[in-house]
Amino acid sequence: MAEASRKPLPPAIDPDFTRRYRFHGGLKLAGCREAASSRPIQQAGIPDQLILPLAQHIGEPAECLVKPGDTVYRGQPVARAIGRISAPVHASSSGSVLAIEPRPVPHPSGLPAPCIVIATDGRDTPAPDLPPVLDYLHTDMDTLLEHIRAAGIVGLGGAGFPTYAKLARGDAIELLVINGVECEPCIACDDGLQRERAHELIEGVRILQHIVQPAACVIAVEDNMQEAERALRAALDGRNETGIRVVNVPTIYPTGGERQLIRVLTGREVPSQGFPSDIGIIVQNVGTAAAVHDAVVKAQPLLSRIVTVTGDGVQQACNMEVLIGTPVSHLIAAAGGYTDHIERLLIGGPMMGYAVGTDAVPVIKTTNCILAVTARSMPAPPPAVPCIRCGRCTEVCPANLLPQELYWFARSGNHDAAQDYGLFDCIECGCCAHVCPSHIPLVQYYRHAKTTIWEQEKQKQKADIARLRHEARLERLERIRHEREERLAHRKQAVTGKSAGDALRQAAIQAALERVRQKKEEATATPRNTDNLTPEQQRQIEAVEQRRRERAAKSQDTD
Amino acid sequence: MLSALIALGVLAIVIGLVLGYSALRFHVDSDPVVDQIDALLPQTQCGQCTYAGCRPYAEAIAAGEAEINQCPPGGEATIQALADLLGVDPKPLNPEHGEHKDKTVVVIDEQVCIGCTLCIQACPVDAILGAPKQMHTVIESECTGCNLCIPPCPVECIHIVPVAKTLRNWSWPLPVEPGTEVAEHG
Repeated sequence: MAEASRKPLPPAIDPDFTRRYRFHGGLKLAGCREAASSRPIQQAGIPDQLILPLAQHIGEPAECLVKPGDTVYRGQPVARAIGRISAPVHASSSGSVLAIEPRPVPHPSGLPAPCIVIATDGRDTPAPDLPPVLDYLHTDMDTLLEHIRAAGIVGLGGAGFPTYAKLARGDAIELLVINGVECEPCIACDDGLQRERAHELIEGVRILQHIVQPAACVIAVEDNMQEAERALRAALDGRNETGIRVVNVPTIYPTGGERQLIRVLTGREVPSQGFPSDIGIIVQNVGTAAAVHDAVVKAQPLLSRIVTVTGDGVQQACNMEVLIGTPVSHLIAAAGGYTDHIERLLIGGPMMGYAVGTDAVPVIKTTNCILAVTARSMPAPPPAVPCIRCGRCTEVCPANLLPQELYWFARSGNHDAAQDYGLFDCIECGCCAHVCPSHIPLVQYYRHAKTTIWEQEKQKQKADIARLRHEARLERLERIRHEREERLAHRKQAVTGKSAGDALRQAAIQAALERVRQKKEEATATPRNTDNLTPEQQRQIEAVEQRRRERAAKSQDTD
Repeated sequence: MLSALIALGVLAIVIGLVLGYSALRFHVDSDPVVDQIDALLPQTQCGQCTYAGCRPYAEAIAAGEAEINQCPPGGEATIQALADLLGVDPKPLNPEHGEHKDKTVVVIDEQVCIGCTLCIQACPVDAILGAPKQMHTVIESECTGCNLCIPPCPVECIHIVPVAKTLRNWSWPLPVEPGTEVAEHG
């Protein structure tokens, strides 16, 4: 209690959200969202091939359920979730399975990963056994959650945490935040969704409210998304029994981050290495809410998402509704193709995106933006020069860390110190690297340190298992050796005649001797017919004895 | 004076009894330093340190019989960790015991394997599965890369392969620093 009273109590949640709090640091960046958001969402259509990686989410990769040559239909699960933190994968259109093989996937490593490749037939035949449409208000919670799990829904904001696992944590929730703030400048997929699918989105939010049962629910949009805000308010107008609020927040990068948005709306801090649910809050992306709507109301698993295709490397920047698994090259073609002098292709936005070497990579559940840039708009960063300790990185860090210290620790491999300085609270937003006058690729140092620490932990676990196995083996060998020795000892005894069988034989001899001795004793005993005699018999016996004695005396005399 | 002596004497006896009892009651069989050293070793059980496994090597280090730089699979990182733990200066890896290499595992060429079980007997972590005159195979996730199974194989069907890089074990590379290159050469 004493500790609790010393800590400042978290600010109570204002039901009207009149106040906006400020998080530390952040950047006001020039927006380039209009390029994509000025046009309606396009349909990217069905590509010739769908490439479905088995790992599109955080957690265990899904396990393949089909084999090459199988016919698959739209909405059919082709891979199943393994464990709690995992998500199934569905065929986003009909066709036949071409191969199950490693293909390039959207990942900074550029390494290929196992994918299910489907050759589409263009007919888009739905699977005959899709899950039923649910009346969510009259469905029990377990069925509803299982439905969302089976629909393969993961956080569409970018991290890809399975939505089922987030909703099923069971903490008491005060506030449900629907995150309609774009992750980064230039990305417009959430904006487009809110403007064009506000009704579905709101219905999805109501389903989430029904599951989570929060005291309050708020949809946050940026203050320069007037059209999205209007569309949401119009969708809520006259029918808002569940009390969903729409609020706008200042456009400061990275307000779209979960922790930063919570700070802006409530003034609360998510504890280091904790979850928002630890302070009674759940954050879901608008795309996730719309996907929940599709799964529950339309009985359609997560088959498509909205992707922003932008940058001066494409002819016509736009938002597109894209089937999961569509190759990026197909999207670029649908956006009018590349312009000349295309320099790099990034997955994600200009701040956090990573370059991929080929446009054969597919769109996966977490892909929110494809950014094609020329050397003019995004020149290669100048070579890094030594840190001058100006401290500007510290000023802009939205996680309130000391990026410069983290840099030194990460660079020198001092991972323990880096963790003490909150390495794992870093959200890799790139603000520090953006302002660094020495052009040091700071975020890459942190990513290197994080992934190296994870790898070392995995090695440590493997070493522990190896130790256990080695100890178990030594124990087994010792046991076998011991058993063999015992067996040998038995045999030796048998040969030298000191075995247990010998003792038995000895006992048998003893018993026989005993019997003989008893027989002898019986033979020497007085006859048993001399007891209880009548006086007549006694006299006769005495007479006989008398005669015997006389005869004996006589014979002695004669001798 | 006397009362003070008696009081101290009684105190000494009481504390002595408590200590004596706790020494018996909380007796620890193994040496905690050995456990700590063993926890830092890579557990390949390869024997390159000339001891019969990681644990015997840890015992030898604790007893002062072995140097901390005899473990090639652990490399510089293990030497540094051992030096930190034991409060001694790190030394470069002793080349007599081998050189530090990237992690590898072994695979059995199942076409060539004759099912002699010799490799199974050699494997320190039971990572090889098989039976007499049956095909043998290595459980890759359990293989420590000690290579002890290779010498006994009569048909040389066991090969060393590097651990494949996948999305799950990939690490971001450390950024290349043009400045440091100049500094190192100049």
